[in-house]
Amino acid sequence: MPFDIYDFTSFTKWIDTSLENAMSPFWTTVTEMAIAGVLFILFYAVVGLFLVYAERKVCAFVQNRLGPNRLGPYGIFQTIADLIKLLFKELIPIKNADRFLFNLAPYIVIIVNFMVLGAIPYAKGLHAIDFNIGIFYIIAVSSMSVIGVLLAGWSSNNKYSLIGAMRSGAQIVSYELSVGLSLITMVIFAGSMQLSVIVEAQRTGWFIFKGHIPAFIAFVIYIIAGTAETNRGPFDLAEAESELTAGYHTEYSGIKFAFFYLAEFINMFIVASIAATIFLGGWMPFHIGTWEGFNRIMDFVPPFIWYLGKTFFVIWVIMLFKWTFPRLRIDQLLTLEWKYLLPINLVNVLIMAFIVLMGWHF
Amino acid sequence: MNNEWLIIFFLIGAIFVGVVLILSGIIAPRSINPQKFEPYECGIPTEGGTWLQFNVGYYMFAILFLVFDVETVLVFPWAVVMKEVGMAAFIEIVIFFFILGLGLLYAWKKHALIWE
Repeated sequence: MPFDIYDFTSFTKWIDTSLENAMSPFWTTVTEMAIAGVLFILFYAVVGLFLVYAERKVCAFVQNRLGPNRLGPYGIFQTIADLIKLLFKELIPIKNADRFLFNLAPYIVIIVNFMVLGAIPYAKGLHAIDFNIGIFYIIAVSSMSVIGVLLAGWSSNNKYSLIGAMRSGAQIVSYELSVGLSLITMVIFAGSMQLSVIVEAQRTGWFIFKGHIPAFIAFVIYIIAGTAETNRGPFDLAEAESELTAGYHTEYSGIKFAFFYLAEFINMFIVASIAATIFLGGWMPFHIGTWEGFNRIMDFVPPFIWYLGKTFFVIWVIMLFKWTFPRLRIDQLLTLEWKYLLPINLVNVLIMAFIVLMGWHF
Repeated sequence: MNNEWLIIFFLIGAIFVGVVLILSGIIAPRSINPQKFEPYECGIPTEGGTWLQFNVGYYMFAILFLVFDVETVLVFPWAVVMKEVGMAAFIEIVIFFFILGLGLLYAWKKHALIWE
């Protein structure tokens, strides 16, 4: 199969053995961790900067403008220039703030991001931590970011920040349920929580096609709830500019503000890549039944490209939400979750369980 | 890979934030002006404290969330073994969801799901 030339397992094995020949096991582990660390920081920065750029371009596209177009070809260096500008901005220690918690909040938000990014399968063998409870771990850790948001809002000692943080807390906490239940639907279907097993099970067809109507309903609910969980799109009333200036990060200046901004975009990336992994087959190429020629051509596209393509497709959909829907009120937001998404989700889990039991899926 | 890699991702995050903050602390300018340290609210001096009691509506939703989130934790192990256990597991989860649904219905009827 031409597919196997893109297997990263042998490559990482080769690095591992050649390092082990050169030094003691302890230093091997340390070196490997350092390599992984540098790679992940680079990946984080590149994805974050690219998403900020993409957001502005998509916004411009929807509003029939050009967007950033001065710095470099098509303005791709605009966000790098913005980052440098933010680095040179003064960090203002505001009066009356709870200094310790105020400084702790960005750490929590970013650390949570990295801990989730490490558990996502990027390609065959490119998977830092492969738990047997993968999905559960991702849900558990990613919901920790609400602590960072609440700390940021509360410690700023600013009314806008507090209201923003409270709204954001209620919203993230509510939509957490829908994310969890729609992923449970797919766990029933896959019979495993390990992400590598789930991706491998989609070799013959992605879960959104294999899982009948319940899988599709779960996908739609997951996208809605995921958008709400990242405080984006029509659900961004935690930082509604017209009423709360900037919500929970009103008081943060310079690079600390950039951390929150970056974490928000990476959260969107995480939501999109989980959707791509669980519903759209992760790094698996697109295959159609017995069309051998077509399947072979699809196999030649590297799995990492497949993964990125699906992820950015979901990100593009989420961005279109933001620029095409008006913002919800908080009562509409909570009604949508508790009176529509949650009951539909509970019934959907039962239907999926029944279908799996009867073997009615493809 | 082993589970101690978790610590690494924790450290990567902490180091990333720490290093960038130190870098910014070195190159960013600093000018002292008491007006700048005021809370960014309306321009006039802030009236009253911020750390006070808050709308009880948030508390209601937090409690509801707790009920349903613990339920999610219970359902995850069930979802993994559903295929193997078969019909018995399905009937049990129907009963479980029925009781849970009654709880949601109760909260609904008590107007706990209405924002005021």
